[in-house]
Amino acid sequence: MPCSDSFSIMDKIRSLRMEHITKRFPGVLASDDISIDVGEGEVLALVGENGAGKTTLMNILMGLYQPDEGRILINGEPVRFRGPEDAFRAGLGMVHQTYMLVPNMTVTENIALGLGRNLPKRPGHLDLKAVRKRIEEISQRYGLAVNPDAYIWQLSVGEQQKVELVKTLCLGAKFLILDEPTSALTPQEVDELIALLHRMTDELSIIFISHKLQEVKALSNKVTILRHGKVVFSGNTDDYSSQEIAARMTGHEIVLPKNKGTGQKGDVVLSLSDVTVMSDRKIPALNSLTLDVRAGEIVGLAGVSGNGQRELAEVINGLRKVESGSIRFFGNEIANKTPREIIDSGMGYIPEERNTEGIVPPFSIKENFVLKDISSPSFSSWVLVDGKKIDSTAEKLVKRFDVRCPGIDTASGSLSGGNIQKVILAREIERKPKFLVAVYPTRGLDMGAVEFIHSELLKLRESGIGILLISEELDEILDLSDRIAVIYKGSVQRVLDRSEATPDRLGILMAGVQE
Amino acid sequence: MLAVITNMLSMCIPFSVALLLASLGEMFNQRAGVFNLGCEGVMAMGAFVGMLIPFLAGHGGAVSEWYNLLGFAAAAVLGAVFGLIFGVITVTFRAPQGIAGIGLQMFGVGTAGTLFRHFVGGTQSIPGIPDVDIPLLAKIPVIGDIFFSHNVVAYLAYIFVPVAWYILFKTYWGLKVRAVGTNPRAADSMGINVSRTRYEALVVGGALAGLAGAYLSIAQAKMFSDTLISGRGFIAVALVYFGHWHPLQIMGGALLFTLAQTFQTIVQSMGISFPYELAVMLPYVLVIVVLSFTSRNQTTSPTALGKPFNREIRT
Repeated sequence: MPCSDSFSIMDKIRSLRMEHITKRFPGVLASDDISIDVGEGEVLALVGENGAGKTTLMNILMGLYQPDEGRILINGEPVRFRGPEDAFRAGLGMVHQTYMLVPNMTVTENIALGLGRNLPKRPGHLDLKAVRKRIEEISQRYGLAVNPDAYIWQLSVGEQQKVELVKTLCLGAKFLILDEPTSALTPQEVDELIALLHRMTDELSIIFISHKLQEVKALSNKVTILRHGKVVFSGNTDDYSSQEIAARMTGHEIVLPKNKGTGQKGDVVLSLSDVTVMSDRKIPALNSLTLDVRAGEIVGLAGVSGNGQRELAEVINGLRKVESGSIRFFGNEIANKTPREIIDSGMGYIPEERNTEGIVPPFSIKENFVLKDISSPSFSSWVLVDGKKIDSTAEKLVKRFDVRCPGIDTASGSLSGGNIQKVILAREIERKPKFLVAVYPTRGLDMGAVEFIHSELLKLRESGIGILLISEELDEILDLSDRIAVIYKGSVQRVLDRSEATPDRLGILMAGVQE
Repeated sequence: MLAVITNMLSMCIPFSVALLLASLGEMFNQRAGVFNLGCEGVMAMGAFVGMLIPFLAGHGGAVSEWYNLLGFAAAAVLGAVFGLIFGVITVTFRAPQGIAGIGLQMFGVGTAGTLFRHFVGGTQSIPGIPDVDIPLLAKIPVIGDIFFSHNVVAYLAYIFVPVAWYILFKTYWGLKVRAVGTNPRAADSMGINVSRTRYEALVVGGALAGLAGAYLSIAQAKMFSDTLISGRGFIAVALVYFGHWHPLQIMGGALLFTLAQTFQTIVQSMGISFPYELAVMLPYVLVIVVLSFTSRNQTTSPTALGKPFNREIRT
């Protein structure tokens, strides 16, 4: 069968309904009698806190999970998807939150993988030319430029997302499901994406998962809010303000705390000068980077991820080799010191990957609390650990930081992202650091958890501790920082006072445009 | 001196065939994300069955070539069956692959040895397969001996190298194999049956390991013994890493290892006074040294290697 036929024979999706969907995972009711409804050309925003069951619901729609109860109807006909291939055939396409691309294959190969049997081909042979032609068609039709010969590992997150969109459209999607599509994009890229999706609604319907209410407002016709696996609200987006939607999402009014700029700024405590560092690919990741942070101030480091943020955090914490330059911490050189020496000199660190760098997932909550101090006299004597002391400290921290868990012996890896982040924050704050490096501290967290973490960071600042806050969220940076440094290609592009910074100005600097 | 070197190099190609076939098979397994340490056991079974068929047919004497072919075919089928069994254990039941592989290795080597004693008994040789001179080319001095005067299976094995490359990089099946070994979740989301693809790769890999074993007994040693395989299955696994999961580089590794091995046999046969224990160690030391110094290139390796896939477990 020629490929054009198999792409066009599918009916248009005029309506899609999920009715009374229930799905249980061991110990969790992930979806509890959820119903949603999307019509032709409509955009439904699915919002809710982490763990509310949005992604589970979409995985059920794509046939990745089987619902325990409930049914799916397309154009009024009940359908049953045993796997994603059935969902593709019906015209559904999903862009997952973690991109579903194979890093050691090219863009064309990745898309060929999905097109699979629909390709015209000699037996067994892979006709990459036909795939490339299809990619070009889709690229032109929707204004999505991608390089078909690039390997996925060579692409930035934003580019990978374009590849994901092209892939989904090449597979013949008539109905798009986007799981937090903007979480890794610059403000400009977000605007582009929203404009692009708007154009697409001429031909497609979209379900779109997001935490970011401005985007929900900008893009969607309808909004459905999930909480603890249940639908708590459904309505037309235009009838409600962002505040009303936020309040319905968390169940209470959320006002994120802001840095009021009060308090005394102290001396420079962390000073990087001309620091050059190599990335994993052995190319310079930091290029003569210079940056100072004072006691009692939060310096926000804004930038598109992949511009050296990860390497900067690692080099300050002794996890990456400094090629040249110096890092002075309270006057002492810490470049190329071991992580232990740097921890002992008073550095606190909230790492980027909370599950792999922040905690040891199979370890219990209490073990993760004392990970950095287990050999200190407060928790052990000679070779024996003091279990009672650890238990009492852990109980205290769980209470003070409101970690929602069955108990201090629960494996940390089983907690939600927000609670894991609270465990890390509790550990770092309990150690009474003299300085804190916080990398994407609220990435992927819901509003309630963001509110908590922001207020804790501001409390630390009030107590005279300097904080380097690395983030992609401009709102977070603008809310919390005293000064904002913009990183681009491994150098600090500009340092602005908070009063001079606007999202537009930061966005331009983040894109590498010199002022 | 030239004669010695020519002799050494002309042994290189036929002696490398078993390693080459086994490591290409292991390459397909690993590209699909399954680490099969049981290669040694599958080779032992292949070697035993491959030898048994011509031995029984000829009662130890001369046999028709068809029985040798039947021996190879039986070894390939048996290897494929072992691949299938390994798939049931590691793909369907998600057993730890390293442990399951050690089990398969012990089972294969032990069973082959026991059955050999039952059906054959002591050391018995078979006629094996003859070398074929390629017309004209074999007459070229030196080059002819090194490249164009070997048995037909050796030629076929080397022809299979570019074929394996084509399968891996230019067919849809190869694309699937590479995808399920690197990002099975992505492959799954695109409607590819991860388990089925892994099973297929294991069957192909098992068949190649079986053939590699049969080559050792039918074409190379022309006999079977408990120690015939002597670690070649493990060397094959190492060569896959050595060759970065790429057929041409794996071929290079197989040749380099065999060259070191023939070098040590020549050194011994020439009566040079050198402790032979050290000479025998040389090829193995070489593999360890080269493996320690090869860079781990994350951008080409199958990153899901060794990890069972379960769609409903979120990582």
